Amino acid sequence: MLKQTDHLTKNYGKPNSWTISVYESTGGYRAARKALSMSRELVVDEIKKAHIRGRGGAGFEAGVKWGFMPKEGEKPSYLVVNADEGEPGTFKDRTIMEQNPHALVEGCIVACYGIGAHAAYIYVRDELHLAKARLWDAIKEAKSKGYLGTRPFGKGYDIEICVQTGAGAYICGEESALLNSLEGRRGEPRLRPPFPAQRGAFGSPTTVNNVESVTLAAIAIALGGEEFSKLSALHEINDGGIRLFGVAGHVKKPGIYECAVGVTLRELIYDLGGGILGDRELLGVIPGGSSCPIMLPDEIVNVPGDKRFEPYNGKSVLDLPMGVDTFRGIGGMLGTCCATVLSDAADPVLAAQNIIHFYRHESCGQCTPCREGCGWLERIIDKVVEGTATMEELDLMSEIASNMTGNTICAFGDGAAAPVMAFVRKFRKNFEDYVLTGGKSQTKTLVV
Amino acid sequence: MAFALSEERERELEEILARYPNKMAACIPVLHLCQDNNEGWVSPEVIDYVAQRLELSTAHVKGVVTFYSLFNESPPGKHQVWVCRTLSCALRGAGGLLTHAEHKLGVKVGETTEDGRVTLRTAECLASCGSGPMIQVDKSYHENLTTEEFDRILDRLLYEG
Repeated sequence: MLKQTDHLTKNYGKPNSWTISVYESTGGYRAARKALSMSRELVVDEIKKAHIRGRGGAGFEAGVKWGFMPKEGEKPSYLVVNADEGEPGTFKDRTIMEQNPHALVEGCIVACYGIGAHAAYIYVRDELHLAKARLWDAIKEAKSKGYLGTRPFGKGYDIEICVQTGAGAYICGEESALLNSLEGRRGEPRLRPPFPAQRGAFGSPTTVNNVESVTLAAIAIALGGEEFSKLSALHEINDGGIRLFGVAGHVKKPGIYECAVGVTLRELIYDLGGGILGDRELLGVIPGGSSCPIMLPDEIVNVPGDKRFEPYNGKSVLDLPMGVDTFRGIGGMLGTCCATVLSDAADPVLAAQNIIHFYRHESCGQCTPCREGCGWLERIIDKVVEGTATMEELDLMSEIASNMTGNTICAFGDGAAAPVMAFVRKFRKNFEDYVLTGGKSQTKTLVV
Repeated sequence: MAFALSEERERELEEILARYPNKMAACIPVLHLCQDNNEGWVSPEVIDYVAQRLELSTAHVKGVVTFYSLFNESPPGKHQVWVCRTLSCALRGAGGLLTHAEHKLGVKVGETTEDGRVTLRTAECLASCGSGPMIQVDKSYHENLTTEEFDRILDRLLYEG
């Protein structure tokens, strides 16, 4: 169900939307004030009721995560905001940081208070220089107004926020790699347990949340947790509120759109995205970053025996509301909810090659199945595109990917394997055409 | 020659150090600070300096430098151009932009023009997928690029300032 909202994006595009005066003129910082007048437990309860499913891609409930933080301890607790946006196809957090940085600062105040932290680090990838500058300015403005520092809004609960910078590594978007990077180390993921809430940044209890998740927490406090959750068409299955939907690739109106949770891929592509470039046919859509398996328009929802799927069984996957559990239920993944659309002009084998190249480049190299697997996959896909691969090697691709899955310290291996398995299975004919004829009947291009 | 920061930059370094509970956490921001003040690269002297200043082993600092793609271990050109090559941009014509740039600059990806003005690189997804194809020039983004606009940008980098 398509329901556009403007809780987070109402100031996007306005002159100086990133300044505190514009932010406050539309109700900014009311939520932080409200949160600090509540008890910490009540703040966490409201966030639990809001059912904010983590917007970084994993979809874990933010309120539950906050609830893992210790009550009081000898060590300080930290909030770490994951602003290392780099999942191919994903460009939503950047809009928050550049166009509405105070919303993130306000979210940090709410989150710090909720989890019992006095310091927040916003880990921004190095390339986002404008985002970093706007965040620093927003922090300075908030501080000068007395919203941060020793007594935010007059409450004796000191909060400091720092912007930390990365240095070019996709893996640092993985939370434990991010923590290593924040600590000044190589960004290699850590074994868990211990989980960040037990031992995260600097050996202290830490909550790592995505930019959008933190920002939405403030909106949930402003509206009330339950009211926030009820905005969603999937409120009943604990996928609450609003979220940023992105659409890019072969659509007429690529961009970021704020809607209530429950939009379908068809609405995202044809209503928000304005339809396919050149009015071509849809080949497939990667729903939320390149780690998500590609979905084809002729795929049908078929989840018998699950009440949640009854209204959708027999329909195209394009008509299933985009939710963490709805997509999980059909063997897919919602990810970051920023879709990449491929028209029938695009050669799916080249698209797979592009994605595999990304993962080979970004594998941190710590675990053998991922390091060697990504390289091996790249060598084979390059052969496929050259027209020198064999049929056995197509099967080998699926086998390598399957052996990477679940055999690495972090989810990168799975994230690299899932799209490969989906492409090879769903576009088997196109791959075989490359083997048999060097791709004679393929477009051999990615552009319309 | 040993590397050192100016007095003003030293103050900046002190500000960075104040943000963290230990010195190691300053490693990446301090490396950026030094790289920006060392013609765009992290020389062995910079590694020695950062190690000594943050009380880390040179092995640790070198390990960090070699892990991240945005620390240069050799001097880049005066300007660095990154063409995003990842899927959303590729679907909007990044491949054509890259070929054009290679041709115009007379270099392959990863190389610097003979006059030392421009280093051409590819980037993996720069979170600008709705405005592809796009490039990053030094610290700024240029989005929704046409070949003509890209051409004008390259001309400025090659011939101005």
